[in-house]
Amino acid sequence: MRLKVERIPAPAWMRPLIPVGAILLTFLITAVLIVLVDADPLRAYYYFLIDPLSSQSGAIEVLVKATPLLLTGAAVAFAFSGGYWNIGAEGQLYAGATAATAIGLQMHGVSSWIAIPLMIVGGFAAGVVWALAPALMKVKLKIDEVVTTLLLNSVAIFIVSALLNGPWRDPISQWPQSPEIAPSAIFPRLIARSRLHLGFLLAVVTILVLWFVLTRTAFGLRMRATGLGVPAARFAGIRVERTLLTSALVSGGIAGLAGVSEVAGIQYHLIDALSPGYGYTGIIVATLGALSAWGVGLAALFLGLIDTGAQTVSRVLGVPVYLGEVIQATLLLVTLAMMLLQGYRISVRRRGP
Amino acid sequence: MSEVFEVGFIVSLIGATLRVATPLVYATIGELFTERSGVLNLGIEGIMFLGGFTGFAVAFGASEAGIEEYLWVGLLAAMAAGVTMGLLMAFLSVTLGVNQHVSGLGITLLSIGLSLFGNRMVFGQRQVLPTVEPFSQLSPARAIESIEPIFQQYALTYIAFLVLIPLSWWILFRTTFGLQLRAVGENPEAADAAGVSVFRTRYIALSAGGALMAAGGAFLSLAQLGAFSPGIIAGRGWVSIALVIFARWHPVRAMWGALLFGGVFALQLRLQTIGFDLPFELFLALPYLVTIAALAIAGRNANYPGAYLKPYKRE
Repeated sequence: MRLKVERIPAPAWMRPLIPVGAILLTFLITAVLIVLVDADPLRAYYYFLIDPLSSQSGAIEVLVKATPLLLTGAAVAFAFSGGYWNIGAEGQLYAGATAATAIGLQMHGVSSWIAIPLMIVGGFAAGVVWALAPALMKVKLKIDEVVTTLLLNSVAIFIVSALLNGPWRDPISQWPQSPEIAPSAIFPRLIARSRLHLGFLLAVVTILVLWFVLTRTAFGLRMRATGLGVPAARFAGIRVERTLLTSALVSGGIAGLAGVSEVAGIQYHLIDALSPGYGYTGIIVATLGALSAWGVGLAALFLGLIDTGAQTVSRVLGVPVYLGEVIQATLLLVTLAMMLLQGYRISVRRRGP
Repeated sequence: MSEVFEVGFIVSLIGATLRVATPLVYATIGELFTERSGVLNLGIEGIMFLGGFTGFAVAFGASEAGIEEYLWVGLLAAMAAGVTMGLLMAFLSVTLGVNQHVSGLGITLLSIGLSLFGNRMVFGQRQVLPTVEPFSQLSPARAIESIEPIFQQYALTYIAFLVLIPLSWWILFRTTFGLQLRAVGENPEAADAAGVSVFRTRYIALSAGGALMAAGGAFLSLAQLGAFSPGIIAGRGWVSIALVIFARWHPVRAMWGALLFGGVFALQLRLQTIGFDLPFELFLALPYLVTIAALAIAGRNANYPGAYLKPYKRE
């Protein structure tokens, strides 16, 4: 008997098995850490996967945690499927949050019907602006966007920090945080007495739009063609530069919405720790979701579940809460490795002629 | 204001510049070797973080166990952790050939997660930050008091500037291995045809690079702080990514870049202590903006290694 490996695509029924296999393998690897702190891995995974979903408040918390991930995941997936490697969702999120705060602070006495749409549009626009320079450099000068988008993340956080230590420093508490946005600018709750806010609805709509644009429009087709290969797309008559620019800028705008949602739905003021790396987690979400809208939706919900579970596991079993981050990163690397299997067909052959 | 122009101010500023630049020199040279072989390692921020944590945790344990050279033990452990992450990056990006930027970020997220997990596991939630007695500074110029602050530096700083920079220049441009490394990064097909193992060369570059990145992180915890805190790296890995491009993949220019950044950082710190009311964050954003501007000016002429970001597959 011997294994035969051929470089041809695996059958279609295998594709959904890859994320499932990746999750199982990840849990197997990270179980080592749980054993190291003298906890029972099976109990830990119960608190990670089942416990949050067994109560209404837990399930709602998962949706709250998934909200920014749905948006950054959609942002990254949109750019990646157009072949634009936007690593800058984190900075674009902060740009959106800054614009939302600037608008929200001015909305005293203005109706919510005006304030909230203004913040959403402003946050989207700020994300677009923050994505503009690397996108133009990519399209006009052929400068690799990975490094430029990445470096602008740090710049965005420095600017936020400068604002919070300067003009926006809370005059009462003197903490490096902005004053609270106007009450009319705060996102309404979707369910009373919970943290679930309008941002979740915004995220769901974004996912639906992402699905529609990617699979049901001519632009989505042009974008995916560009993502698969620039020379072929150009040969097919697609204006590659324009397509790349659009996918880069829209991606920045969606990431900006994540910033709006966190300011207006959760914090109500700008802080420099607004995002614990949602922009980077968005890359995990997009990769895990195989750049499809439904995939991104499921992946964001799953990572939201892990985030919620990590807190329970830490509280109940005393496993450090950072296990959640380790699981997410391991899942990304395992998925990346396993996605390669898609391109191969492995079969067992009896020894013979 | 006048104190800015005093000799003492300038001398201490130069001393501080060298100290701030040290971790950047290690990490930037590490990334430079990696990129010269054709692999962008975005794991750098996380590997520095892991180096900072591992170095401190092992040094703390060794010091509790009564080992005299606990700091060097910690440094070695940090470098071993860096090699491990470098090998993992090599497995993903060289053997499997997956997306370099996504796998690199995955390494960063994993390294930071593991460090924070380990930190909580080993030290728990203490009220007081655990510390070790850090590396002491050498002062070979004690006799000449006026310029002493320049030369009063850690051994690791001396090693960075007097050994690492010349050595990496020599390895890159004067040895067979350096030639092979550059060939693999520039044109892997040709290098392979000439009998150079692309896989082996990239594995070596990524592990050596990982060790240097981790050493840069460990410098911060073992020399500068004598402790580990989650804010320890604070984007220095990303600064190094910028410096490698700014230096156009040349070790001596990388040193100047690190000194420039160190100088700006040390200056803003000093101006703040004197009481200047500056938005100092904007100073800190400068190296990133300068790099982006440099890229825009160099444009498509930026001398990226030819095989940058491209996995190598033997068909």
